[in-house]
Amino acid sequence: MSAEPIRMTYREACRQAIRDALSADPRTFVMGEDVGLYGGCYAVTKGLIDEFGPDRIRDTPLAESAFVGAGIGAAMAGMRPIVEIMTCNFSLLALDQIMNNAATIPHMSGGQFAVPLVIRMATGAGRQLAAQHSHSLEGWYAHIPGIKVLAPGTIEDARFMLKAALADPNPVLIFEHIVLYNAEGDLDPGVSEVDIARAKIRRPGRDVSLVTYGNSLPKALDAAAELAGQGIEAEVVDLRVLRPLDDATIFESVGRTRRCIIIDEGWRSGSISAEIAARLADEMFFELDAPVRRICAREVPVPYAAHLEEAALPRTADIVATAKALVRPQ
Amino acid sequence: MSDFTMPSLGADMESGTVAEWLVKPGAQVHKGDVIAVVETHKGAIEVEIFDEGVIEELLVEEGEEVPVGTVLARLAKAGEAAAPVAPVVEEARREPEPEPELRPEPQPTRAPAPSPEPVRTTAPGDRAKVSPAARRRAAERGIDSGTLHGTGIDGSVTLADVEAAPPAPQHQEAPPKATKVRRGFDPVQMRKGIAAAMSRSKREIPHYYLATTIDMSPAQAWLREYNAARDPDERLLPAVLYLRAAALALKEVPQLNGFWEKDAFAPSAAIHIGWAISLRGGGLIAPAIRDVDKLSIADLMHALKDVVARARSGGLRSSEMTDATFTITSLGERSAESVGGIIYPPQVAILGLGSVVERPWVADGAVVPRPLVQASLAADHRASDGHVGGLFLSTFARLMQEPPKP
Amino acid sequence: MSDKVHLDHAHGLTLLREMERIRRFEAKCVELYQAQKIRGFLHLYDGEEAVAVGVMQALEERDAVVATYRDHGHALARGVPMGPLMAEMLGKVEGCSRGRGGSMHFFDAASRFYGGNAIVGGGLPVAVGIAMADKALRDGAVTACFFGEGAAGEGEFHESMNLAEIWKLPVLFVCENNLYAMGVPLEISEAQTDVFRKAEGYRMPGERIDGMDPVQVEAAARRAVASIRAGNGPYFLECRTYRFRAHSMFDAQLYRTREEIALWKERDPIARLRRWLLETHMISDHEIAELEAAIAAEIDEAVAFAEAGTLEDVADLERFVLMDEVPQ
Repeated sequence: MSAEPIRMTYREACRQAIRDALSADPRTFVMGEDVGLYGGCYAVTKGLIDEFGPDRIRDTPLAESAFVGAGIGAAMAGMRPIVEIMTCNFSLLALDQIMNNAATIPHMSGGQFAVPLVIRMATGAGRQLAAQHSHSLEGWYAHIPGIKVLAPGTIEDARFMLKAALADPNPVLIFEHIVLYNAEGDLDPGVSEVDIARAKIRRPGRDVSLVTYGNSLPKALDAAAELAGQGIEAEVVDLRVLRPLDDATIFESVGRTRRCIIIDEGWRSGSISAEIAARLADEMFFELDAPVRRICAREVPVPYAAHLEEAALPRTADIVATAKALVRPQ
Repeated sequence: MSDFTMPSLGADMESGTVAEWLVKPGAQVHKGDVIAVVETHKGAIEVEIFDEGVIEELLVEEGEEVPVGTVLARLAKAGEAAAPVAPVVEEARREPEPEPELRPEPQPTRAPAPSPEPVRTTAPGDRAKVSPAARRRAAERGIDSGTLHGTGIDGSVTLADVEAAPPAPQHQEAPPKATKVRRGFDPVQMRKGIAAAMSRSKREIPHYYLATTIDMSPAQAWLREYNAARDPDERLLPAVLYLRAAALALKEVPQLNGFWEKDAFAPSAAIHIGWAISLRGGGLIAPAIRDVDKLSIADLMHALKDVVARARSGGLRSSEMTDATFTITSLGERSAESVGGIIYPPQVAILGLGSVVERPWVADGAVVPRPLVQASLAADHRASDGHVGGLFLSTFARLMQEPPKP
Repeated sequence: MSDKVHLDHAHGLTLLREMERIRRFEAKCVELYQAQKIRGFLHLYDGEEAVAVGVMQALEERDAVVATYRDHGHALARGVPMGPLMAEMLGKVEGCSRGRGGSMHFFDAASRFYGGNAIVGGGLPVAVGIAMADKALRDGAVTACFFGEGAAGEGEFHESMNLAEIWKLPVLFVCENNLYAMGVPLEISEAQTDVFRKAEGYRMPGERIDGMDPVQVEAAARRAVASIRAGNGPYFLECRTYRFRAHSMFDAQLYRTREEIALWKERDPIARLRRWLLETHMISDHEIAELEAAIAAEIDEAVAFAEAGTLEDVADLERFVLMDEVPQ
């Protein structure tokens, strides 16, 4: 292996992860809408059908509930399926299966059955796809006990989270942000796996913790760089895993900085950001030196027009302004 | 219900003796009212209350010495009936009081407060904003966080604000029981206090010293003109011009205005200047004149006269003992020509002014007699460097040449 | 196993015994419900026993079962021991789902019993998935998926039928058509009341049979399973049947008449089979008495097992929410 960093896009990282998984385990197969001949709505599985054949890169009819449920059944009966849902907006058609079966059966059966299933889905806004293709529902899913919810925000996580998810005995939902697919970055050739348990500090800082995930991660990193120029050292915490939340890393960071801003592309009300803020209030109240702030999507169906879409989403400038107001109000 | 506790009035105060209660149970008090005189090693201090309500119970008798933080009196908030005094055992078990803003609004049906006057309530917004971390740290340090100046969001008191506040002393074991004390200063106690503060200063603070000579003739001419038209009560002393020039210079050089705490300089937005006053019975005290930069020249004179009079009579307020962000020591007439001051911790600078003396001075190429004063600065080298000090002194000197408009 | 039913003495006795076990087990459950030892919903299979018992005769150990919330009959007929089932009814840790599922959610990995599913239609996609795995991992295994005719209104029913057919999966769809989706009659809820004809839309073989006759059900199930094992893909059976009791325990049955119930009770699968076996002298009164005594003893034993069972430690409440490993 070359010691040089490997440059690839987030999309290529996702694809390489699937290729690895299919090569490593004959029980693994991919199923979903347009994953085969079309190459995937976001071209993640492009070319894989030629490599692995139509049984392992399996095109499904437009029947989210059935093919997600089939993934559950197959997982319960010994397979390690990777189900792709085109976007998380469509996952609502399969919510019954995800919630009432995948998340429930292991506990309801007294531990007799596990559901070692991975469901990948695209999430988020930023491509002018309008309301029915742009929402961020990972926070909803993080509400449900019995599943794990991952949000890779880096090339490295896109490349290696799948492996860990397939090794997990539980249903794991992976939310890939549509804006990140084209993002390019370097992979450390020394890294061949990542955990799916811990949040990661992507940039250390002492003045305020920017807690975020997914496509808000690059925004938070940009904000931190800008703040550094103004003498404010922001720490960027990449949640990576929205369920179960890694309280320890969040609390450790906020315990040092004593200030926290949560950036979440989901809607504010009843969101993962609300959950984190509540946990900080519960557990870290006496460590806080300022109110916990949240920067979330505006509470509208994400609109088509570019300027409206942009206004509906968390922006780097919002993060910078909020951090300055918290750290240096005067 | 809230508690009125023995305040910490300075870096070196560990305990105090209630010299005199100025209120009785049932008395209506407002924020800022002086309700007790506390004897400290620095002398008798009038202590203010920062709450509204009715004094329900005085818990410490006159003459009793108690550690900082001891509950001295219990205050019923507006809208609360003055409850009967609970048994001591019961009190000990009581849960911590909720914060005032969590209280229900006064109910019209509830028993009226025992004052014939309408009871003012404290609106929730009036409550000082203190961050949870700051609140806890303040409790640990025995500091009343409500009295601190907040630099955080929405003016909240932050952890850094609490860290920058003068430390509260450690609890002393078995403090000697004091007998009833008179109002005024106990010279022995005051000597101890000065010794402690100045030793700490010289032990901890790497002082640097700068001095400059200032021609006082423009200032004196201005003063003469100002005072000539006024009654003796309204006349100004040169000290007012020193205070004013120092305050305005601090605005330009804020690096000298504030505190050194936890290995960092915490600047103060407000400019409260401690004015060193030597007492007739011996000893020294430097109460703060608040917001000097914002006072008119007449108000400043009034404030100076007031604080000097009360210092000498033992009538200083608690906040005046802790608020100073900078100190001036002025030797006055018939004294030495210059003074190298010792910084009062946790402040970071002190300005010393010698006696005004007539000396040769070169003006327009000629040697002329002029009234001169030596202005010397002692500053904390951890917080600032000589360049800053020099900037301050030259600014001060320039401002002394530009007397105020009346 | 043959696709023909050989109704000899032993097999006749088996069919009768399996149906009686279900009915008497449930009668005991009603008793325990009224004594408040069983709580929650209690959906009885009373009248429909021939369907589960008939279908299970056609299944082998390698096969899988997906049931509904009316799952007592399926579990018993599949061979899940009665003790853990009764313990589950009582919420005990010795129950077949450790007391987490109750009446509607019997699970038993040992007999590949993938649970009573209480979301109408929710079990069908799972059955399709199990069949996918079986096709890859267990050659010839069939998944029998039970559901009521109410499920035909759900999208998951249609999606699953389609998936199973296009992928030629080994699923036996068994529709227990008891004519009422809770209280909604079939005529007012379905455009096509011949539910088996819905299979035609997916080019899936299907037939309607008398679900009150275990022999007919068994014969049909054997035909279906043979077709499936032969690699022809899924098969659909509509079993016309009737539940004699209320939908659950608290149901005034305003939607149907006493006369209708009485009419269907004349076709009671247990009474009919018993009568026929006696009339043909295949079994004797004495054997029936023995059979009933054995079932009564089994039930007593199951109740004793359940009553002696323990309650799971509340400290284990969250156990299995996330699994530490995939059970082997």
